[in-house]
Amino acid sequence: MAKLLFTKSHEWVRVEDDVATIGVSDYAQSELGDIVFVELPDTGKSVSSGDVLTSIESVKSVSELYTPVSGEIIEVNTALDDDPGKINEDPTGDGWVLRIKLSDPSELDGLMGPEDYEAHTKG
Amino acid sequence: MLRRAPGPSARHGGRGDVGEKTKTARRTPLHEAHVELDARLVEFAGFLMPMTYDGIVAEHRRVRESVGLFDVSHMGEIHIRGDGALDFVERITTNRASALDVGGVQYSAMCYQDGGFIDDLLVYRLSDSYMLVVNAANHAKDLEWIRSHAAGDVEIDDASDRTALIAVQGPNAGPVADRVAEDDLGEVGYYRSTETNVLGSGAVVSRTGYTGEDGFEIYCGTDRAPEVWSALMEAGHEYGVGPAGLGARDTLRLEMGYALYGNDIDETRTPVEANLMWITRLKKGDFIGRDAIAARRERGPVARLVGFEAEGRRIPRHGHGIIVGGETVGEVTSGTFSPSLERAIGMGYVPDGTNGGIEIDVRGTAVPATIVPLPFYRDGTVRSKR
Repeated sequence: MAKLLFTKSHEWVRVEDDVATIGVSDYAQSELGDIVFVELPDTGKSVSSGDVLTSIESVKSVSELYTPVSGEIIEVNTALDDDPGKINEDPTGDGWVLRIKLSDPSELDGLMGPEDYEAHTKG
Repeated sequence: MLRRAPGPSARHGGRGDVGEKTKTARRTPLHEAHVELDARLVEFAGFLMPMTYDGIVAEHRRVRESVGLFDVSHMGEIHIRGDGALDFVERITTNRASALDVGGVQYSAMCYQDGGFIDDLLVYRLSDSYMLVVNAANHAKDLEWIRSHAAGDVEIDDASDRTALIAVQGPNAGPVADRVAEDDLGEVGYYRSTETNVLGSGAVVSRTGYTGEDGFEIYCGTDRAPEVWSALMEAGHEYGVGPAGLGARDTLRLEMGYALYGNDIDETRTPVEANLMWITRLKKGDFIGRDAIAARRERGPVARLVGFEAEGRRIPRHGHGIIVGGETVGEVTSGTFSPSLERAIGMGYVPDGTNGGIEIDVRGTAVPATIVPLPFYRDGTVRSKR
């Protein structure tokens, strides 16, 4: 399986072929606490790096998930409609949020690997 | 995704370690216990407080189903003593303090001359004082107000720095709290207190709380707080006791429709709008704010605090607009996801007389909601057992 890349704002990205799966880092889900609602976007929508993808509601607060890559949303994790807590339980597995078909793979160069990200969360 | 700072009740702290913003915050006497329990600490009202330990929902359910412990040592305790104490407390609070016998506790408020809330508080009649228990965020303001209005033979003793407060809340709170107190707490009625020994030292224990569950609040010396906390954790082991943070405290109190100062009530609201006339005794004689509150009641309030349930799982939060007939008519003062009811609930001010369907502007989405009677949650032990 491809390795995870991370953003400074605590999204993770896993790229296979030219499709990026995006979710919430384990650190971020832990900071957010119990997640109770994810507003899933429509598939087919084009997004640019830096756009807001979704709002994620936890009991204590609401946060926005940003996309670090540009492209088209081709799939959303509809299982989160019934069980948004999957993000807390398995943030980088069953708790994935959506998939984007990349239009500019070079954008991935700006993301962090796991070691750098770990240092970032402790910084 | 964590770019935006969460709301005022949820500022980020580290897990155990203290961020820049929180370095100047005061620590409660139970700070070490919170760090050991891996609490998520946040700065709240000048104190470094536990927001959550193992999840707001888990802590909430623990309190509803069995028993949880809260460190609420940040609250202020101000004792009023002297021959003039009762007259003075009657003058600065809205409820009838003269109705309290020794051991009695009442929910009350302090208001400005114009009827706006300075704070909501508990008044305890103890054997040698009236103890006012005030919100941490208002402590300095309250103390100044109390001192500047002192009249007659009264001594004002701010005991906040030497008093810790631990709340034991939940259907199994009784047997747990009983294990640390010398008196039989089963004999203490609801909204009553006893001056007793807890682990051999003087303490006040009251059958009060902020969760809708049966429970006790233990006021003890700050030096004794860590051992009282440990003893409660041990005594509650068989009931699955655990700590509960400010996050669960907020969801529990909101399910009960209890007002939170700074959210649901503040200096711009009077007891008339906030449905707190039951703690406002206009007939008791003069008190600060009385005339303004009486006049407001006479002409009828413009707005009224109501509770609502919202459809879907988008959560209305403090500051979101309340819409009726396409027009924004009010504002959400508190909102959360109710772990007990598994739906979004909230409170807010709407024009007096508004009923039925409303909409909440949740960040641009109009979410349908319905005004409902309070409390939202009706199965707490405080209601169902009494």
